[in-house]
Amino acid sequence: MEKFITLTDTAVPLEVENVDTDQIIPARFLKATDKAGFGENLFRDWRFDKNDEPNPEFALNKSEYKGSILVAGDNFGCGSSREHAAWALKAYGFTVVVSSYFADIFKGNALNNGLLPVQVSPVFLDQLFAEITKDPSVEIMVDLEAQRIRIPKKDISENFEIDPYKKTCMINGFDDIDFLVSKLDAIKEYEQKRTQKLQGTTAL
Amino acid sequence: MKKTLFDKIWDAHVVESIPDGPDILYIDKHLIHEVTSPQAFNELKERDISVFRPDQIVATADHNTPTENQHLPVKDLLSRKQLKELTQNCEENNITLYGLGHPYNGIVHVMAPELGITQPGMTMVCGDSHTSTHGAFGTIAFGIGTSQVSQVFASQCVLVQKPKKLRVNVNGKLKKGVLPKDVILYIISKLGTNSGTGYFCEYAGNVFEEMSMEGRMTVCNMSIEMGARGGLIAPDETTFEYVKGKEFAPEGEDFQAAQAYWETLKTDEDAEFDQEYSFDAEDIEPMITYGTNPGMGIKITGAIPMEGGKSDAKALAYMGFKPGESLLDKPINWIFIGSCTNSRIEDFRQAAAYIKGKQKAGNVNALIVPGSRQVAAQIEAEGLREVFENAGFTLRQPGCSACLAMNDDKIPAGEYCVSTSNRNFEGRQGQGSRTILASPLTAAATAVSGKLTDFTKHLN
Repeated sequence: MEKFITLTDTAVPLEVENVDTDQIIPARFLKATDKAGFGENLFRDWRFDKNDEPNPEFALNKSEYKGSILVAGDNFGCGSSREHAAWALKAYGFTVVVSSYFADIFKGNALNNGLLPVQVSPVFLDQLFAEITKDPSVEIMVDLEAQRIRIPKKDISENFEIDPYKKTCMINGFDDIDFLVSKLDAIKEYEQKRTQKLQGTTAL
Repeated sequence: MKKTLFDKIWDAHVVESIPDGPDILYIDKHLIHEVTSPQAFNELKERDISVFRPDQIVATADHNTPTENQHLPVKDLLSRKQLKELTQNCEENNITLYGLGHPYNGIVHVMAPELGITQPGMTMVCGDSHTSTHGAFGTIAFGIGTSQVSQVFASQCVLVQKPKKLRVNVNGKLKKGVLPKDVILYIISKLGTNSGTGYFCEYAGNVFEEMSMEGRMTVCNMSIEMGARGGLIAPDETTFEYVKGKEFAPEGEDFQAAQAYWETLKTDEDAEFDQEYSFDAEDIEPMITYGTNPGMGIKITGAIPMEGGKSDAKALAYMGFKPGESLLDKPINWIFIGSCTNSRIEDFRQAAAYIKGKQKAGNVNALIVPGSRQVAAQIEAEGLREVFENAGFTLRQPGCSACLAMNDDKIPAGEYCVSTSNRNFEGRQGQGSRTILASPLTAAATAVSGKLTDFTKHLN
C-alpha cells in the first residue's frame, strides 16, 4: 500500500447525501476478477446518461472541478460491502474522501486501499462545499500526522479522528495481512485453547 | 460485569486486543462467493501465502448466476469467467464449493443456515453486507470487504474495532398482514439509514421471540440498511429446533452439549447498551418504500412526507413521486419475490396462500426466485409451483437475481417493481429501474391487483 502523510490539492464537491456503493460502482461492473479498470465506471450512471453521453450537470464532469479530494454529503458509502467502490475511487484519482459520516464497511475498505476517509462536522462540511463552489481552485490540505484538514487560504480548519492503528498503517504503507500473518502463532494458540474449552460443544 | 449477548460471543473470539487499536477477532465460518473473492485469492497468490483454515470456508455461486437453464454453460462470458475462477480457486485451496447445479447451491445467506453451517455463538463473515442475516441464530455475523476476505484466508481472523451496542425492542401483537419484513422496514423508517453505523444491534421483545427463524433472518438481514454492521437475536427453542437435524449441525450428545452452551447466550439482565429504542407492535402496518434508500418508508396506506432530508428531492425525482402523494392505486408492472431477505420457504408459503385461486393482473410481470435449490425442491414438494404457475407467475431457478441485476433478471428503466429485496437504490434492479421494497404478501397482492393496494381489507 502507498504511504499517506499529507496532501494539498483542489477538490470535487458531490453535494448528495447517502451516496451508496451501488452508485459509486454499479453491480454490472463487478464481474472483473482483478482490481484494474474500475475508475472508468466510477459513478457510471450519474456521470453518463442512457446514451453514454457525459451528464454536464454532474460534479465530476464540470471542468472547473479537479483534484484528488472528493467532498461528499452525509453517510457516504452506505449499502453493499463491495470493495470495488474504494478501488474505483482510487483508480479514478481520488486519494481522500471527506464527508460528515461514513458507512462502516466502506470506511474500512477505503483505509485498506490507501484512500483516506476524513470525517468532519456537518458545519465544516457545509463550509467546504461553500468555499469549493465559490472558488473551485481553492486548495484543501489534509495532514494525517496532525489529523487536521484545512483550507490554508481561508485559515479555516478542523481536526479529524482516525483509528491510531490504521493511522500508523496509512503513514507507513503497511497493511493488515502482513500484521495478521505475523500473529499466526497467537492465533494457533487461541484455537487450541478454544477447542479444549468447547470440546464437544460448538463446532469450530 | 453484566454482559450482552453480543459481548459474550465477541469476547469469546478475541485472540488479542491491540492497544489503541482493533481486536484480532477469530472467525468460525467464512462464506465466500464469486464476486468478492477473486481479488482476495489473487492477493494471496501474489504474496505466496496459503489459505490458513480451508475447512472453515464454504463457497457458493449466487450473485451473477442465471436463473434459467442452469444446466447449460453460463452465456455471459464475464460471469462465466468469474464462476470458473471461483471453481479453480476452491479446488486449488481445498475449499468446499456448492456451485451451480449442486443440490446445496443457493444464495449464501439462505444455503448456510439451511445446511446447519450457521450455528449460535459463532462468528461468521462473508464479502457481502447482508451477512448480518446469520445473526438470527445468535451469531456475530457481518459483511467484510475483499481486503478483509484475504485477511481471513491468511489468518482466519479479522482486525476490527469492537462496535458499540444497540438494542431495538418491539413488543405487542402484530396486526394481520404485517410480516417480519414490515417490522424491519418500519424500524429503519423510524431510525434512518445511518442510525446503526458503528453499532451491532440486538433485537429483543416478544415480536422477535414469536418469529420463525425465517422471519428472524429477514429482520437481521436488513440491519445493514440502518448502517449497523450486524444484528442478532438470542437463540431459543425455535433456534435449536431449526438447527437440529440439519446437515452440518452437531448430532446426539454433541448437540445436547452444544445446546447447553447456546442456552447461555442471552443478554444478562441489567446489561448496558450504548443506545436503545422501543416500538409498539400495534403501530406497525404493511410497509412500502417511496425513495432511493431503505429508510424512506411509509405504511402502504400512508402518504409521502412533505418535509424530507436534504437529498429527498433527488430521490423523489428519480422515483417520479411527489411529496404528500399517496401511492395507493399506483399501477405496478413488475413484482419480484426473492433475494437473501425473502426467498425462504415461509416467504413463498405466505405469497402462495394469498395467490391461491387468484390470477395476476394482465399488466404485471411476476418473478419468483427461490433462495436455494433446497427451497426450490420444497416449493415443488409442497405443490406451490402449481399455485404460482396457475396464477401466471414465473418461477425461476435460485440465485440473487433481480435484487442486484448482475444477471439477465433486470427491471426495465422507468418501471416500478414491488420487490421483497433489501435495497431500493437508484438502478439497483437494472439501470433506471424504480424499486419499492415490501413484504412477500404485499408483493403478491400487488401482482394480483396490478397496483399498490390496501390488501389487509381482503385478508381472512
